[in-house]
Amino acid sequence: MSAPNVPGQPSPANPGDQPDPVRGVPAGAAPDADTMALRRPPAQSGAARPAGANPTDGPAPPPRSPAGDSAAVGRGAPAGGVAPGGRSPWHPAMLFTPARLRQLGALVLVGLLAAVVTGPTGNSDEPLQAAWDSIADPRIVLFLILAVALWVVLVLWAELRGVLTRLTAPVRAPVGAAYGRRGAPIVLNVVLLAIAIIAPQVVSTAAQQSMVTDIGIYALLALGLNVVVGYAGLLDLGYIAFFAIGAYTTAYFTSQSAMPWHAPFTLNPFFVFPIALVLAALAGVILGAPTLRLRGDYLAIVTLGFGEIIHLVANNADGITNGARGAFGVPHLSVHLLGLDYTWGIDPKPYYYLLLAIVVLVMIAFGRLERSRIGRAWAAIREDEVAAEATGVATLRLKLLAFAIGASVSGFAGVMFASKQFFNPQSFSLQASFFVVAVVIFGGMGSRLGVVVGAVVLQGLAFYLRDKVEPADRYIYFGAVIVIMMIFRPQGLVPSRRRRREIELSEAGIGSADSLGSAPAGGRP
Amino acid sequence: MGFLDQFWQLTIDGLMVGSLYAVIALGYTLVYGVLQLINFAHSEVFMLGSFGGLFVARALLPGDGSVPGGLESVGLVAIGLGAGAICGGLAALTLERVAYRPLRRRSAPRLAYLISAIGASLFAVNLAGKEFGRQNVDLPDLFHNGTVFKLFGADVSTQSLVIFAVAIAMLVGLDRLVAGTRLGQGIRAVAQDADTAVLMGVDVERIIIVTFIVGGLLAGAGGFLYAMTFNASYSMGFVPGVKAFTAAVLGGIGNVRGAMLGGLLLGLVESYGGYLFQASYKDVIAFLVLVAILMIRPSGLLGERLGRAA
Repeated sequence: MSAPNVPGQPSPANPGDQPDPVRGVPAGAAPDADTMALRRPPAQSGAARPAGANPTDGPAPPPRSPAGDSAAVGRGAPAGGVAPGGRSPWHPAMLFTPARLRQLGALVLVGLLAAVVTGPTGNSDEPLQAAWDSIADPRIVLFLILAVALWVVLVLWAELRGVLTRLTAPVRAPVGAAYGRRGAPIVLNVVLLAIAIIAPQVVSTAAQQSMVTDIGIYALLALGLNVVVGYAGLLDLGYIAFFAIGAYTTAYFTSQSAMPWHAPFTLNPFFVFPIALVLAALAGVILGAPTLRLRGDYLAIVTLGFGEIIHLVANNADGITNGARGAFGVPHLSVHLLGLDYTWGIDPKPYYYLLLAIVVLVMIAFGRLERSRIGRAWAAIREDEVAAEATGVATLRLKLLAFAIGASVSGFAGVMFASKQFFNPQSFSLQASFFVVAVVIFGGMGSRLGVVVGAVVLQGLAFYLRDKVEPADRYIYFGAVIVIMMIFRPQGLVPSRRRRREIELSEAGIGSADSLGSAPAGGRP
Repeated sequence: MGFLDQFWQLTIDGLMVGSLYAVIALGYTLVYGVLQLINFAHSEVFMLGSFGGLFVARALLPGDGSVPGGLESVGLVAIGLGAGAICGGLAALTLERVAYRPLRRRSAPRLAYLISAIGASLFAVNLAGKEFGRQNVDLPDLFHNGTVFKLFGADVSTQSLVIFAVAIAMLVGLDRLVAGTRLGQGIRAVAQDADTAVLMGVDVERIIIVTFIVGGLLAGAGGFLYAMTFNASYSMGFVPGVKAFTAAVLGGIGNVRGAMLGGLLLGLVESYGGYLFQASYKDVIAFLVLVAILMIRPSGLLGERLGRAA
């Protein structure tokens, strides 16, 4: 994808005496070299670029197009007449260009859809009744007002943005400076940790339960999936299957009564952690080895099938897993060592602190992993697999490693989950896998803090919605969150700087941001 | 009764189901050919199409609970097919606009498309579950004269005959569309090399949209046939979706005739396998077939390119 007209391409040939065709752009902020690099066709710039080159001499990421331009779902041509950053005198009629009106139309449609989503539940005898009832309800006015208000905000923002960038352009730091700092400041980390420590003391018991089995476990799962999606740039849609492997392994080894099929001896749950870790990693390798040689999207569908099969087996194999009734009576975690006797019981708080400690440790460990040789190799694979391979990175093995590490974290979380509470195959449905993907995407793939925040926010949302909507209906919202994030903020809520830059560069036709091959056709010509 | 006694019956059942897989697989393969992208939400297009066809057909059933027969049935099937196809086409068009086009405009990385499709699929499945209820919906048997004729001692029912005939007609029609029309030429051009196709004056944007719509029409019509035989539910799309995808890979994804061959083969394998092992492991068989092809011959039986092989 050559990028001769990247939006926001500063044009050094006409530094201001001609009408600038570019909107909302710090003109002249990027040096000439950047312009050249962006103009280079991908055949040269893509394959030949050393992966992970110094950001300061790399090309500047193209500024995102103004909100008014990228916001509307159904927008057609670029908003031709509207030039917030241009020199043409402002006129109210400029608010009502065809593009803006289309944007308004799209927002109204989204408002109607939101009304249907939040509206009454229907049935198959009158299939359209529920949708009609939600639209014919007076509530619709609220949604329409919201849609129009959002449109006004977007339009004003697009207008203001042009003025603001013109005012602040001269004092903008070079783009490279934004990538200089590394990691969140220590103060922020300490504050977040303090909040995480105090939080269970001030909430209800139900919320404490949710903080363990929903937020804590899912934060751990998301950290593991983040290695697959965020670091290696692959997609695993059956991630929860490894979680199930961990949980059933625990039931097998720690209890004689939880499942019909059990070990001839019983182990303390703590000893099951390494077993589950290895088993899950092994399953990951068996699944990944044949698939990872191929295009990355095959991995997604194979893992999807695998996740569904594990769920089916768990649900149907009554003689082994106790089927749909689930495993009941897995012992809680306990320590009996050197005169120390402690059992994690019904109270969620001790579990919470244990999980918190594990999550923090995993975050630290993965932070180091990310900056290690392996982590840098993953970055190289994401950004340009061909170049990485050519410079001696064992791409297949590293991808497999990422997949196995992700799987083992999932298995580990499964042990935690099984020893915390009763479980049945419903906990391992396909939707749970999708939910973990949603957490990672929402939080920000590649960002450890991001995925934990994602788990907190999305599970918090689920907790908040728990008695407001039907449990299954919550997935409507999560699905919408995924699509919206992909359209407007693919880097996530708390983005990883490197990941964001990769996505932006890849959108400008330089390198890629995943290991799934080149972007599909039909992009910006 | 041994396997050999049942062989022809299993073959007929397998071909019937397989022709449906083939129809759905075409949607995967067409979009893959043009965009090099697995359209994960295609199974939801299928689901919405079958609901559309089913609801229209149910609305046209006589209110007194009697079941139509003869020509009325044929008319109902035709209307249901049409309605299913239209709903499927609309669903595919909407999907393309909402979940894919904004990403294409940005030339987003490939991962973004997959994730966006997953989100769209999750949204569509659960919204359908909310709007249409979470029970199975079915249609009374429209054909009740049972066996039409016997083939090698096996019964061929009107139902399976109709399904097979319609599916084959759609497959042949699509093959002619891709191989023989100007539109098909455009599709093949984009599949071969989108950048060059632009230079040759092909409107890639239009081709992509039309490809989605054609895939959606087929999936919707196939969805109605499927729902007519079995039933429809909000979560019905997943299993046939994975199987159709397997069929597409089996034949060589991106290859129209490959998808047809793959669908029929998969239907047969599944039918025999389900009899030899256990019916509840049918779904596992399809998955094992998928993994096996990926290991042994990832380019499929007929090779991968839409442009070359069609």
